[in-house]
Amino acid sequence: MLWPAVSLTVALMLLTGVAYPALLYAVGLISIPWTAGGSLVRDPSGRIVGSALIGQPFVSTRYFHGRPSAVGYDAAGSGASNLGPTSPQLADSMARYAERFRAANSLALGAVLPPDAVTASGSGLDPDISPEDAALQIRRVALARGARVDRVAIVVAAHVTRPTLGVIGEPRINVLRLNLALDSALTPR
Amino acid sequence: MTFRGVGQDILFLLIVTALVRPTGTYLALVFTGGRTWLDPIVQPIERALYRLARVDAALEMTWAEYATAFVIFGLAGTLALYAILRGQAPLATPLTPDLAANTAISFSTTATWQAYAGETTMRYPTQLVGLAGQNFLAGAAGLAVGIAFVRGLARDGAMTIGNFWVDVVRAVLWVLLPLSVVGGIALMVLGVPMNFDAYTHVTTLDGAAQTIAQGPVAALEFIKQLGTNGGGFFNANGAHPYENPTPLANFVEMLAIAGLPAGLTYTFGRFTGRGRDGWVLYGVMVALFGAGLVAAHSAERRGTMEGKEVRFGINGSVLTAVTTSNGATGSTNAADDSLTPLAGAVLLINMLLGEIAFGGLGSGIYSILMVAMLGLFVTGLMVGRTPHYLGKPLRSVEMRLIVLYTIVMPLVVLPLTALAVLTSAGLAGLTTNGGPHGLTEIWFAYTSAFANNGQAFAGLNANTSFYNATTAAAMMAGRFALGVIALALAGTLGRSRRRATDGDVPTDTLLFGGVIIGTALIVGALTYAPPLVLGPIVEHARMVSGVP
Repeated sequence: MLWPAVSLTVALMLLTGVAYPALLYAVGLISIPWTAGGSLVRDPSGRIVGSALIGQPFVSTRYFHGRPSAVGYDAAGSGASNLGPTSPQLADSMARYAERFRAANSLALGAVLPPDAVTASGSGLDPDISPEDAALQIRRVALARGARVDRVAIVVAAHVTRPTLGVIGEPRINVLRLNLALDSALTPR
Repeated sequence: MTFRGVGQDILFLLIVTALVRPTGTYLALVFTGGRTWLDPIVQPIERALYRLARVDAALEMTWAEYATAFVIFGLAGTLALYAILRGQAPLATPLTPDLAANTAISFSTTATWQAYAGETTMRYPTQLVGLAGQNFLAGAAGLAVGIAFVRGLARDGAMTIGNFWVDVVRAVLWVLLPLSVVGGIALMVLGVPMNFDAYTHVTTLDGAAQTIAQGPVAALEFIKQLGTNGGGFFNANGAHPYENPTPLANFVEMLAIAGLPAGLTYTFGRFTGRGRDGWVLYGVMVALFGAGLVAAHSAERRGTMEGKEVRFGINGSVLTAVTTSNGATGSTNAADDSLTPLAGAVLLINMLLGEIAFGGLGSGIYSILMVAMLGLFVTGLMVGRTPHYLGKPLRSVEMRLIVLYTIVMPLVVLPLTALAVLTSAGLAGLTTNGGPHGLTEIWFAYTSAFANNGQAFAGLNANTSFYNATTAAAMMAGRFALGVIALALAGTLGRSRRRATDGDVPTDTLLFGGVIIGTALIVGALTYAPPLVLGPIVEHARMVSGVP
């Protein structure tokens, strides 16, 4: 019993832990190097500015902002707040996020905010916001860029990703891609 | 629950149902040595492995030999993984002996409970050879035990239930590896990275510095679902955009969890020649799965987006949580800890019922058959006859094993929970939440460990020597005690002769499906009502009434 257990453990670990990853790696390298490499995106000057899949912190008024993050968008790690639904800290943080969002976008004190704008994501690296979240930021971004609100709204609308087959997933906007598009579409003259 | 959420759930269940027959037929073919189109590629590897291991593939084992092989194989995997973990050059989080032992046990039992964060603790070779490798091996061993259990039910007066080494090798070469090649490539196309690059340092568009963890993620991502393991490459597991880049990728990953365990009901029908019985089991799975979905969706109508990702939303997070909690796979795409109390309770109940709705790979089929036979015994008492399942009498020796199987879980999970709640070492884990939610957090941890699920209310700080030791004990019990009891029952049933009987309770009817569901719910409620009230239900009442 002992020799089959040991020899099969070693042999199968090499097959599935070395040969199998090597095959996937080769396929990725040859056929889809961009996604295999982490979907890194460049700005028009060719500089890598992040990954299309990984959220990043935005604070400037001229950019759309992502969701609150429990790890401050530190992508060397990842994680959620893990605060329970009845945690007083959760209520506090949601109130704080809401206050910050309303202040940043000059919204009325009682303005209703979309849920994703006032909560920290599961990964802390959520690359997306909801279309409702983006809609509340359009006016501020347009003002900061000296652009017309409807021009910004058109760029936003063009960046909404719909659910697959109409039911898989939720409508969403990739914040980094949206901001890159704004930079190239609305370059200040 | 929105129209879109219902649509996604129904589409998921339709596809799983469509997969039952093809996957079940294929599994039956693989484990009876039938011909498949993969034979020319993998048969040479199979023969080489038998030569290396000096295994005579034609020689079958008794249940005791099979169980011994299963346990020794699990221990060999544990030791190999422990050596790799302790041998790697240290990263940010040191792999202390207790954390390494906990992780080694966790991955060799398919629990893949993680008291560490992948991107700050594991080197790439460790993630692949150690963790991905054990995902395959432990997953294959689980499937082997499930197949051996079904063989025992199918055989008539036989002393043996198959050869463990042959079943494991065939599970890897014919099932897990080829499907993972296809699935791994599919996930890469959908955005999952597969590289050995250093972590990427970038200056973001808005001028901040960001370091982005990279890695050979795709090689772990698909098998962690297919083998119903669930341990993530990154700390955030399925919520991490590199592990789960799009809702479609998430959907594919959920199908990988449920597909094979659902198909095993059809394999059961093929082996035993009782196809209708298999479909009744599948119907029970769908009913329980659907009930959990409805309950969790309605609880989450009060829910927030805390701990959830925009691309999945509440709908996709609930479907995933219900799939992973039923499927012995901890790869949730949201922070379970922040779900509403009753949605969290649904996940807990799914695990406490024994993960019988699809269930773990291999363990799902014997878990539901245990409940079915227990239900048959109860109905047998009502009509005053010895119950028969598939023509086999369930006498006192069989019933002892079935009852033992049923009570091991509460006997392990509840005392460990009580121990943690009563000691300062246990309470020290409650660094994020307290009150009734803290109780649920601790109970969830031991339930998940025992159920070899691995998902967590991650607010619990579980990387302490207390939790590393106690969750490891729960994982070992959940894997080996249940596996060995199941194999013992398979051996006993395989030996006993099938009898042509009349007047027995028919087991291929809708009514019997109801008996299975009723048995699961009644046994579960009788066992776990007190902690359910003290944890999730009190917390729900407090949330509704606004008491902090």
